[in-house]
Amino acid sequence: MNDSATRRRLLTGWGILVLLFLYLPIAVVIAYSFNANEAVSNWTGFTLDWFTRAWETPRYQKALGLSLKIAVLNAIIATLLGTAAALALGRARSKWKVPFSVLVFLTLVVPEIVIAVASRIFFVKAHEGFSFFPSLGWKTILMAHVVWSSAVVVLIVRSRFTGMGSSLEEASFDLGAGPVKTFVQVTLPRLLPAIVAGALLSFTMSFDNYVLSVFTASGDNETWPMAVFNDVRFGVTPAVNAISTVMFLVVAAGVAGAMWFVTRKSGEPADGRG
Amino acid sequence: MSVETEFDVRFRGVTKRFGGVVAVDDLDLDVRKGEFLSLLGSSGCGKTTSLRMIAGFEQPTSGSILIGDDDAVGVPPYRRDVNTVFQHYALFPHMTVLDNVAYGLKQRGVEKAERRKRAQAALDLVHLEGREGRKPRELSGGQQQRVALARALVMEPRVLLLDEPLGALDQQLRKDMQVELKRIQQEVGITFVYVTHDQGEAMSMSDRIAVMCNGKIEQLDAPEVVYDRPSSAFVAGFIGEMNTMAGTVRGVSGGVATIDVASGTVAAPVDGVHPSGDVLVGIRPEKVRVVADLDGPNRVAATVVTRLQLGSQIQLVAEMADGTTLTAVVPRAGTDADVDDLVPGDHIHLSWSASAPILLAA
Repeated sequence: MNDSATRRRLLTGWGILVLLFLYLPIAVVIAYSFNANEAVSNWTGFTLDWFTRAWETPRYQKALGLSLKIAVLNAIIATLLGTAAALALGRARSKWKVPFSVLVFLTLVVPEIVIAVASRIFFVKAHEGFSFFPSLGWKTILMAHVVWSSAVVVLIVRSRFTGMGSSLEEASFDLGAGPVKTFVQVTLPRLLPAIVAGALLSFTMSFDNYVLSVFTASGDNETWPMAVFNDVRFGVTPAVNAISTVMFLVVAAGVAGAMWFVTRKSGEPADGRG
Repeated sequence: MSVETEFDVRFRGVTKRFGGVVAVDDLDLDVRKGEFLSLLGSSGCGKTTSLRMIAGFEQPTSGSILIGDDDAVGVPPYRRDVNTVFQHYALFPHMTVLDNVAYGLKQRGVEKAERRKRAQAALDLVHLEGREGRKPRELSGGQQQRVALARALVMEPRVLLLDEPLGALDQQLRKDMQVELKRIQQEVGITFVYVTHDQGEAMSMSDRIAVMCNGKIEQLDAPEVVYDRPSSAFVAGFIGEMNTMAGTVRGVSGGVATIDVASGTVAAPVDGVHPSGDVLVGIRPEKVRVVADLDGPNRVAATVVTRLQLGSQIQLVAEMADGTTLTAVVPRAGTDADVDDLVPGDHIHLSWSASAPILLAA
C-alpha cells in the first residue's frame, strides 16, 4: 500500500520534471516577450512594445503573409488529397493497397531533411525539364508541405473511416440512397471531425515548418519561421520573442483544435440537412 | 389458394462462394407473398449470406434470384424493393430518430411534410411516440431496435429482411419483441424473411421455417411440421431436443415399423415410404412419461442418472439396461408416478405413446 503510494508520488514528480523540461523554455520566451528591457536577460518591466515593434516591421509582415498563404492553401489541398486517398485505402481490396499505404506513411518516417533535399533536387530538375513546372518559390514550398501534410491527413481520416465500418453505408444503400447521396449524407458527416482535425494539423505543420521551406524556397522567399531564424542568428531580440509567442499560440490553438475534433464523441458533426 | 402461386422472392440454383468457401450451395427457395419465413441455422450455415443476397449486398456466384417478377442479380441495393433491419441496427448516429426513419422517404423524393407524417406513423406503429427528436444513442437497445424496424417499415417494401434483430436484446425484451414483431407483420401484411439461430424465435413467429445447414436447406415447412416430423437427425436435433436411437428395420405391417434397437424393439408409425435397413428412431423428451410398471406396449425399465429442475418441469436422464440413455421432460406434478421425489440411482419405468417415435434417415 505504502509502496504504491510512493511509486505514484515518484511518477508524478517525474511527470512534472518532464513537463518542466519541455515547457519551461517556452514559458521563458513568452515571459520575456513582455520584457521592457532591450537586453533579453534582464527583466525590467512589462510592455507590449515588442509585439507592436514586430508587427510594424515590413519584413515580418511579408513573411507572416507568406506563411499564412502557404499554410491555408496547404491545409485545403492536403485535406482534399489526403481524404480522397484515405477513402480509397479504407475500402479498397486492391493489391496496391499495402504498397501505397507504405509509400504514404514512409513520408512521415523518413527524416524531414531527406525529403527536403530530395524535393529541392526534384523541383530544380523538374523546372529545367518542363517549363510549366514552377521554379523554386512559394509554389514549391507549398508542394513540399502538401506531400507531408497529406500523409498526416490520410493517417487521421483513414483510421476513423475504417473504425466506422460499412454498416451505416449499407443501411443508406438499403434505404435507396445511391453512392453519391450516401457519401454526402452519411459518410462525410461521420468523417467530418477527422477531416477538420487533419486540416488543422496540416495548417499548423505548414505554418511552423522550417526545414522543408528553406530547402524549397528561392532567395526571395522568406516564411515566418525562416524570418525568425534569420534574425536569431544575429542575436535574440525581444521582438523575436514576441513573434515566437504569437507563433506558439497559433500552433497551440491549431493542435488543440485538432485534438478536440479527433476525440469528439461519434455523432455530433453538423448534419446540415434535416 | 392464391398464396401458393404468388412468390415475392425466388432462388433458383443460387450458389455463393467466398474465395474457396461455399457459403450457399445450389439453393432453391420460394418465399410466399405475405408470409413470415425464418431462415434458421447455426453460424456459417449460409442464412445471413442468403439474406444479404436478397438485400443486394452480395451477388450470387451463380444461379438466379427473382424479387417479384424481376431478375435481381446485378441490381444494387438502392434499386431494390426490399429493406433490411440490421443486426446492430445501423442507425445513423448523427441524425434524430425522426430523420432516421424519414431517411428512405427522402431519398425517394417524398416532400418534407409528407415524409414527417409517414415517419411519425411508423414510429407510432412500433410504439415510439415522443422520441422523435432524440439521437439514437439516447435510446435503449430495445428502442433502437424499434427505430430500425420503423425505418425499414416506413418504406413499405415488398419484402422486409431481418438479420437476427433480437440478438442484442435481453431475454425478457426478446420475448416481448417476438410477440410485437408478429403483431406488426400481421398488421402491415408485408412479407418477412427473418434470419435467426434461435429455434424458439423461429418457432414462435414463423409461418414457415427453413432449417439450413452447410449452405443448403435441410427442411422447409410449417413450425409444427418441422417439429413433429423432422426430415433428418440434424433438423430433429436443431429444433428442440430429441432422443435418437440407431436401429434396423425388422418389418413393417399396418403402418407401423418394428425396429431393433440396442435396448430392445421400438414401434414407429410410418406414412408413405416404407423404411428398410438402418434407421434412426427419435423420441421427443416431452413425449416420454414415467409410469408405474412395465404392463403395456412401449415401456422400458431404466435407472435415473441425473435429475434437473426446469421450473414447471423436470428433466430426467435415465440409463436403460444396455447402457444407452433416454431423456424425459415431465411435468412436476407427475400423473403416473411422483417424479418430484426421484433421485439418481432410482429404478423407474418409462413409456411413450405409440405415435411418439419418429423415423429419421440414418
